[in-house]
Formats: sequence, structure tokens, C-alpha cells
Amino acid sequence: MSSENIVMEQVLVNGLYLGMQYALIALGLTLIFALMNVLNFAHGQLYVVGGFITYIIYGKLGLPFFVAIVASGVTLGLVGAVIEKFLFRPVIRKSVREESTMLLAAAIAFFLDAIILLLFGEKQRGVPKILDGVMNLDFVVIMPYDRILIAALAGSAVVTFILFMQYSKPGRAMRALAQDRIAAQLMGVNVDRYSMIGFALGAMLAGVAGGLLVSIVGVNSGIGGPVSIKAFMMVMIGGAGVISGAIAGGFILGMLESIGLTVLVAYGDLTYLVIFVSLMIFLSIRPQGLMGKPWG
Amino acid sequence: MIFFIGVFVLVPWLIEMSGRWDYYYTLTSVALLSIASAGVWLTFYIGRINIGQGAYALAGGYLSAVLVTQYEVSFWLTIPLAGLFCAVLSMLIGLPILRLKGVYFAMITLVLTEVAKLTALALPITNGAKGIVSIPLPGELSVFGMTIIPDFSTLENVKLAFYYLAVTLMVICFAGMYRLVNSRMGHLCRSLQQNEELASSIGVNITTLRITAYAISSFLGGVGGSIFVAISQSIYPTSFQVADSINFMLNVFVGGLGYVFGPMLGTVVIYFGWDLLFQTGKFQLLIYSSILILLMLTVPNGLLSLRLFKWNKEKK
Repeated sequence: MSSENIVMEQVLVNGLYLGMQYALIALGLTLIFALMNVLNFAHGQLYVVGGFITYIIYGKLGLPFFVAIVASGVTLGLVGAVIEKFLFRPVIRKSVREESTMLLAAAIAFFLDAIILLLFGEKQRGVPKILDGVMNLDFVVIMPYDRILIAALAGSAVVTFILFMQYSKPGRAMRALAQDRIAAQLMGVNVDRYSMIGFALGAMLAGVAGGLLVSIVGVNSGIGGPVSIKAFMMVMIGGAGVISGAIAGGFILGMLESIGLTVLVAYGDLTYLVIFVSLMIFLSIRPQGLMGKPWG
Repeated sequence: MIFFIGVFVLVPWLIEMSGRWDYYYTLTSVALLSIASAGVWLTFYIGRINIGQGAYALAGGYLSAVLVTQYEVSFWLTIPLAGLFCAVLSMLIGLPILRLKGVYFAMITLVLTEVAKLTALALPITNGAKGIVSIPLPGELSVFGMTIIPDFSTLENVKLAFYYLAVTLMVICFAGMYRLVNSRMGHLCRSLQQNEELASSIGVNITTLRITAYAISSFLGGVGGSIFVAISQSIYPTSFQVADSINFMLNVFVGGLGYVFGPMLGTVVIYFGWDLLFQTGKFQLLIYSSILILLMLTVPNGLLSLRLFKWNKEKK
């Protein structure tokens, strides 16, 4: 039986590949959280919108894949900027308790869900493969070329993002904002402007991730919520608001999923139950996640 | 007092007049959901964002369903049992996770809802995805041979009976909450909401207090869930899921976090709003979420904050 002997190399490669995509999703969420202390429930929905934009431009109009990805990113960036400027900013200013933003985020998630459903319907959508062929290393590791390309693109997006945050002026401003909002303001950082840029950037990452993945797993209007939950988990594993943590969380979750789906398959659909429960145990021992600030 | 007459006499009379029997079901649901929301509100009161009430409603519902169908325990006994089961469960879970704050607690409770659903799918006793169906209606409750509540299946109007049951529990629940909030413990809870370290330093046992509040919250979730199961006579792993947990939170937010009766008002508004929008068909969710966003933009501190504002002005 081929399913009996598990090829560990293949499992690890799958895990790396999943982790690369997850890291991209988690990065956007953690950025928004770090800058504005907002738990963006709508993150999965932004991902879905990105997926559908790529589906239309690449799948329907037949324009090159890279154009579609860029269009997804830019559109989502604009959407993010609008959401921050007209929704989150006034609510944060007016509300007595911080938690009000969570209701707003949940409402936005519902709103985007409704729009996605109205515009695109319930059907699962896919696009033609961007690359044909399969990489085969002695039948130990088998990986389709398009997956390798997507993983590489996701990886380069992550690297670009880190370089941007580390060396550009807006990146520095945003890191200052994440460390201490008031101190940053006193140093002359335009807090409103960089909050907006940060939110737009976070949304853009979600859109790019959605656009990249539509070429492999397709997209449908119902996956927004589950994607959000996965993103929350990755952020929690790594520590909320920490960029390196989000990347680590993404890879850990990708690895766990890949291993779990192979090892636990004999016992039925237990992978997620095990992941969730171990996450709860992990967090009760180390509440701030792997790399988070120990604020509790 | 007006409220009592309103819910026990006026509402049934109005429904009788209008002939809209389906409103009983709606109002019963509102009453039950507001009980569960009251629990969520209490965790907000100690400064924790709780998106895990769905887990306890599901646990309570399943406990009641399993006891009634497989062990033939009286339904009336399962209501407090479901509550207690959830309370004990929440103490075990709460002990580690209540140390978390803010977004961390919110996210882990969200995960908890997902865990509850997956556990219900995986355990043999809950019958997996097929759920437990055709649960009998509540039997009669008698003390020393005296019938207090008749057998529901002999009643000609089951909906009315459930309505009275739910509303009675809701009144008890909110009276209890009101009492709790204005008691010594309520004041201590408020101190937790503001600053835990400070509260701890002046001698408040914050661990016990947190866990007590969370246990009460889960108790209410379990009670609400168990009665819901009796009404729908069935339960599935998807009966209460993440969306429901978020809705409990929304109820509390819309009503207003600072007010005991906030969850009740929030539930009424949200549930009826959703029901009324049903006629708009596929635009239901779009309109509903737009209204929610607008509500947040105009009254971010909840509907009851409007009333308080006016009242303050009059006093001046």
C-alpha cells in the first residue's frame, strides 16, 4: 500500500508550500493589528475579493497572470484605504471602548460577504493552470511547477514586504507607530496617514494572496470566514502584531496541516481538532505566542 | 412592572389579535438568545471579549439532547444540568485562558467555538454530522404529585408554552444580572474592567472573580442552548457555530456594553431587523450589514447610550 508508507519529504515540501501562502495572509492581518489594534475580521473576505479580481482579469479576460495579480493588489489597497479612512477612523475616534472596532470589522466582513455573493454567486471558480508539468525528484518529492511558481512569488512578496518595512521611510514610520503611537506622533509621524497606508498595505497583501491562490485552489464566496480563522490562528501562534511571528505562525500552521492530513488520516477528520486543541494548550502556557510582546 | 405585563399579557394578546403565530417562535428565540447574550455581556463586563458563547450553547444543547434521548432524563432537570455542565467546563477552560487579555482572549474563544463544533463531529455520542433528531417535547414537571408544568405534548399550543418558558427565564436571568451588577461583586467586576493589576493590589482576588463571572456566563449559554434544542427538537454540530458566537457579541455591542439591559435590546433589534429584511431576498445580508456599519458610525457605544445621553441633559 502506497498510502501506508508516508513519504516524509513530500509532507515537508507540502508544508513549506502551504506555509509560504499562509505567511502572506497572516502578514497583512498582523500589520493591521500592530498599527491600529484592530482585529480585522474581514481579512478573509479581502482575500476572497482579491481572488475574484484575478479570476476575472486572468480567467475571464485572458490578460497575463501578473497583470491580474497587480490589479488584485492595487484594488485591495484602495479598498483598504477607503475602509480605514471612512469606517475605522471615525469609529475609533468616537467610541468609548476599543472593542467597538471588532463589531465594525465583523459588520464589514458581512458586508463584503454579501457583495461577493451578489456579484459572483455561490459557484466554485477556478482559472486555467499558469504552468504545466510536474517536478519529480526520484518519485520522492513530486511538485507541480505552478505550485512552485506560486510559492516563489509568495515568498518574494514576503521578502519585498519585509525590506519595505525595514528600509523605506513609510516602513520606518509604520514600525514606529506599532511600537508607540503617541511617541511616534510626537516625533512628527503623520499618524492618520500612515494608519491608512498600513491598512491599505495589509489589505493589499490579502488581495495578492487571494490572487496567487486562485490559480491553484480556485475561489468561492464562502471561504472568507474560514480563511480569517486560519489567519487568526497563525497570528496567535507567532504573537500578534509581530512580523516575524506571523511568518513563523504561517509556516508552523502549514507544516502542522500537512503532517496532520497525512498522519491522522486513518482516524478520520481529526487534524483541525488536534491543531485547535494544541493551540489552546500552547497559548495557555505562552499567552503572547512565540515572539509576541509579553503584554498578556 | 409594565415590562412584566407587557411580555406576559400584552404580547400574547397582540399576537392573538393579529393571528401571526410565527411571532411566538421569533420572540422565543429572541428571549433565549438574549439569555446567552447576557452571558457574553458579563464577560465584557470584566473586560474580556467573548466570542465563544456558541461553544457553550452547543455543549449545553448536546448535553440536554443526549440526556433526554438516551437516558430518558426529564427535560426540566437537564436545563440546570446543562447550565452546570457548561459552568464546570468553562472553569476548566477558563483557568488557563482567562489569563489572556484583549484580542488574544477574543481569538482563543473564537477557536473554542470551532473546537466545540469539531468535537461534536468527532465524538460518537453526539452522532457526528447527522446530529440528534426527533427529541421528544418536554414532559410534565411535578413536585409532590402536584403538576407545575403540564406535559408539552398534551398542550394544544406548544409555541405559547415555549414562549412563556423562555420569557420567564429571560426575566429571571436579567433580574439576576441586574442584582449581580449592583452588588459588591458587580463593583469588583467593574474594577477588573478598568485595571486588573490595580484591583489585585488592593486585595481583590481577580482569578476567582474572573472565573466566577465566566462560569456564570457559560451557565447562561448552556441554559439557552438546552432550551433551543427542545424547541427545534434537533441538534447538529452546526446548530451553534462561529457566526452565532459573533452574533451573540454583536447583540451585546448593539445594545451597549455599559448597560445591563443592553443585550436584551440588542438581540431584539438584531433578530427582528434580520427577520424583517427577509423580504428583501438576496439583498438581506447586504442591507443588514450596511445598517450595522451605519449603526457603528452613528452610535458606536450602543443604542442605550442614546437614552442615557438624553437623560443626562434633562438632569442638568
